[in-house]
Amino acid sequence: MQSQATYNYKVVRQFAVMTVIWGIVGMLVGVIIAAQLVWPQLNLFEFLGYGRLRPLHTNAVIFAFGGCALFATSYYSVQRTCHTTLFLPGLAAFTFWAWQLIILLAALSLPLGFTTGKEYAELEWPIDILITVVWVSYAIVFFGTIGTRKTPHIYVSNWFFGAMIIAVALLHLVNSAEIPVLAAGILTPRSFSAYAGVQDAMVQWWYGHNAVGFFLTAGFLGMMYYFVPKQAGRPVYSYRLSVVHFWALIFTYMWAGPHHLHYTALPDWAQSLGMIFSLILLAPSWGGMINGIMTLSGAWHKLRDDPVLKFLITSLSFYGMSTFEGPMMSVKTVNALSHYTDWTVGHVHSGALGWVAMVSIGALYYLLPRLFGKTEMWSTRLINVHFWLATLGTVLYIAALWISGVMQGLMWRATNADGTLTYSFVESVKASYPFWTIRVVGGLLFLTGMLIMAFNMFKTIGAGKAIDAPVVAPAHAH
Amino acid sequence: MDINDLRSITTVLMLALFAGIVWWAYSAKSKAAFEEAGRLPLDDDELDVIQREQRGAGHQDK
Repeated sequence: MQSQATYNYKVVRQFAVMTVIWGIVGMLVGVIIAAQLVWPQLNLFEFLGYGRLRPLHTNAVIFAFGGCALFATSYYSVQRTCHTTLFLPGLAAFTFWAWQLIILLAALSLPLGFTTGKEYAELEWPIDILITVVWVSYAIVFFGTIGTRKTPHIYVSNWFFGAMIIAVALLHLVNSAEIPVLAAGILTPRSFSAYAGVQDAMVQWWYGHNAVGFFLTAGFLGMMYYFVPKQAGRPVYSYRLSVVHFWALIFTYMWAGPHHLHYTALPDWAQSLGMIFSLILLAPSWGGMINGIMTLSGAWHKLRDDPVLKFLITSLSFYGMSTFEGPMMSVKTVNALSHYTDWTVGHVHSGALGWVAMVSIGALYYLLPRLFGKTEMWSTRLINVHFWLATLGTVLYIAALWISGVMQGLMWRATNADGTLTYSFVESVKASYPFWTIRVVGGLLFLTGMLIMAFNMFKTIGAGKAIDAPVVAPAHAH
Repeated sequence: MDINDLRSITTVLMLALFAGIVWWAYSAKSKAAFEEAGRLPLDDDELDVIQREQRGAGHQDK
């Protein structure tokens, strides 16, 4: 070690701790709205009703929990793989505080009913502007760090994180283009989309699907490509496959959005295009999954007693499952059955709980002890308990919604001999109750796991002290 | 030229570009460089080395 410079772990610590906190908040709101479906009397006040809380749940888990996880892991791994400290630490600190402010504004404005009505982009225009400022700052810090790297090569995880940052900037700017009603004031904002009709729908689902493709996939694949090799103690199975994986994902994901608009006013050719690109996506997705899982090839025994690795590898299994299910659901004939049913919601949670949350949890269990001068978490046994609660919770959740989803689809399309509908809508709602109850149980199990994680985290923090590791010289310089 | 010709040309060029990337990634020339790149995240962390030794010595979880 030639220099006494240290990595900037402070901002990583802040984002890592808040990932767990926002995870609990977002998932708690999820459990509440799941319970509201089973027991409608839980819709207590106007601002705590299902319609207000549902966007709060999605924004909290995607942008607060997932967002903080991405900030923490990307800031950590970009420094370590570039062998340099973060570019502009002051700006990095700004991204933390401003991102927390955005989350608080979302938590206030959504229950109060301020919304643009665009799914996953509900926040009103003043918050949209703030998001843009933070995201540009994030890009400057991230790419600035890469620009000042001490290694000749840019490691693959940074390519994925970088693609995520660029794509999300593009998606946010295009989809959130809106005309503010300035007369409504900045504190009670109101706006209209810059687009209309089917174009508005297409822009929205181009955004919506790429929020999945870049925020929830590319970003978390970046996490996977750093933390799976680290925890397994071996290089990724095939670095060359990771290069092809990256570019295949980049070339195809942008075109898959129309599968959200099958059998709508969107032109038929656009629907078919979306379906074809969704089917092609199976190849890069499974290439990435195989690359991650096969990293353990020859060292499978590590899975037996390392619960952190269990989280990471199970997350890849769920990634493989949901990226097989997704292309299948994009096939128009399958979509005719699945669309607007619980199947879609189950599919999303197979990806969100099984893949995104589990890979983040695994990465955090790797990170937290290192950020607080420890070699491992306070209790490894509790990580194992968390793992089984999370896995069981996810399986219960998605299995219940598979059944209710297919059931709803079959009931809605059933016709009598004279062509009339066999079931009324409310009969399908009534038949869904048992499965919605199982979903609440699955969600509760997952939430309990997060509470155990928070306990384990605070015990680890209490036993350790915040440290910033010294910057390590790159291997070739030794 | 019709705008659709331009769209077709772009699609074909993109496909050729992607094929080129696959060829480049799997060419014998880049094998060593990519294998070295794959090792980038490893062995940069004293803690990792200590932990690996502990595991190797039959270290038990608490």
